[in-house]
Amino acid sequence: MNIKVCVGSSCHLKGSYDVIQTLKDILKKYDVEDLVELQASFCLGHCAKGVNVKTDGIAAPKMEKVGIDPKEGYLLLHNVTKENAEELFVKEIYPLIEL
Amino acid sequence: MEKSNRVFDTDVQLVKYKVLKEIIRRAYEGGLENAYIEVPKLLSPGPKAETRCCIYKERAILQDRIAMAMGGDKNNPNVIEVIDSACDECPIDGIYVTPACRGCMVHSCKEVCPKNAITIVNHKATVDKDKCIECGKCTQACPYSAIILQHRPCMMSCKVKAISIDENKKATIDNNKCISCGACVYKCPFGAISDKSLILDIIDILKKSENNTKYKVYAVIAPAIVSQCRFGRVSQVVTAIKQLGFYHVVEAALGADVTLYREVHEWNEKRLLTTSCCPSFVSFVEKNFPELAQYISSSVSPMVEAARFIKKSDPTAKVIFIGPCTSKKMEYRLEKTGGAIDSVMSFEELQAFVDARGIDTTQLEDSELDNASYYGRIFAKSGGIAHGIVDVAKEMGVEGVAPIAMNGIAECKANLLKLKAGKAAENFFEGMACDGGCLNGPVCITHSPRNVVDVDKYGNEAKEKTIFNTVKLFQI
Repeated sequence: MNIKVCVGSSCHLKGSYDVIQTLKDILKKYDVEDLVELQASFCLGHCAKGVNVKTDGIAAPKMEKVGIDPKEGYLLLHNVTKENAEELFVKEIYPLIEL
Repeated sequence: MEKSNRVFDTDVQLVKYKVLKEIIRRAYEGGLENAYIEVPKLLSPGPKAETRCCIYKERAILQDRIAMAMGGDKNNPNVIEVIDSACDECPIDGIYVTPACRGCMVHSCKEVCPKNAITIVNHKATVDKDKCIECGKCTQACPYSAIILQHRPCMMSCKVKAISIDENKKATIDNNKCISCGACVYKCPFGAISDKSLILDIIDILKKSENNTKYKVYAVIAPAIVSQCRFGRVSQVVTAIKQLGFYHVVEAALGADVTLYREVHEWNEKRLLTTSCCPSFVSFVEKNFPELAQYISSSVSPMVEAARFIKKSDPTAKVIFIGPCTSKKMEYRLEKTGGAIDSVMSFEELQAFVDARGIDTTQLEDSELDNASYYGRIFAKSGGIAHGIVDVAKEMGVEGVAPIAMNGIAECKANLLKLKAGKAAENFFEGMACDGGCLNGPVCITHSPRNVVDVDKYGNEAKEKTIFNTVKLFQI
């Protein structure tokens, strides 16, 4: 599974570098570094609602379980900050990881 | 006076712009196939000629300019080309005694000549061309200003002596010597030397992306852009670029941050290094100082670094570099870049593109442009890397870097000769082919002292004050 953090100008100004660092630490803390690849991405759209974080490469059965449209196949999180990153990770991203 | 007249420094740039704009407009609205017939008549309507002997000559030259706008001679690998029809066969007499010479008694010209090349014959100074070294001292010594030095501006501008005069008195470029810096492109007063445009390729890439659905097209923009925005703010130019059909705009300076990091590392291993970000400088070293080529930094240029990063995050992406530079049009084709860049657009071409699409930059909303640090942004000016390398080395705990900024090819040559002779006091050589750095690039829209101030200001506005967040980004 991939976590893509937007590093486009708009998100950068809202602190995407901090979000990346925080997510890196979180992946380590929850011991899922090997299961999740953290990536940077230029512009995920939705510039006004940054920092945007997109999760894709999710296994199909997981998507069904959490109610993601398989046609889209990804989860997009808005307004991610270094402060709320852990809460969002635990609540939204962690259930998607194929353990 | 129409608005565009105020944008460019010279009328040569203006005519190039008008041709480009018309070609771009036709690429979208149709009529490209008739461009050679219709555009010359449009731009030189007559009945009187404005710049040449007659409208027919003007139109013939315009046809050749159209050819350059559409890619130029495909069989010539050089991005810089002479437009034969436009070359005005300027005199090449060197020191020339005009009729204003009064044959005076003092003959300061003769006295000041270091080579005894001047004699007074029939009350008139006469120059022995075999002895004359064209130092120009006599031109300054003559109290009547009767002696002038006649050189072709193209040959004067070419610091690698790649331009000579052929049997038809036309300028000709030796590709083996040319480093594609483009100095002659800006300096020829007749606009007879030009860079080839890749704009039709770029339009093709944009069209085939089908509004960024087939693949995404990214613009990597050189930091010198900040000095070029006479109409509208940089943030509005970014919006304009997006309206041209680009998915996203990324600062080339992002790559520069990483280049700086790599250069400190490499310097620490080799203890002697030159920069590699200016492709004309690299070419200059390879062609003129092959024994020093081993010291050229192995890091790729910021343009390529930024493009590689984009393609890592989006493997099907197409990346277009937008900058002030003719030699980037040469660099992007080099094998060592690994196809990171798909095409290159100049600032001149960007202006034509935006205007051809009817976009009024001043009326646009702002888009943010902020990827890189202060140091990445000031790569655009001479001395920027030399300044950055000291600070970054310090933060990385590397000691002993003694940089020098070599501003323009003349300075590069002087300092590399010293280095070759083992007499250089420095161990880090920043080389830039253009006087002043990229902000004075040949295909900049304006070349003003204000450009340096603008780049410094832009540098200071960067969110990132050091390169290390960028470096971390590249390492995830």
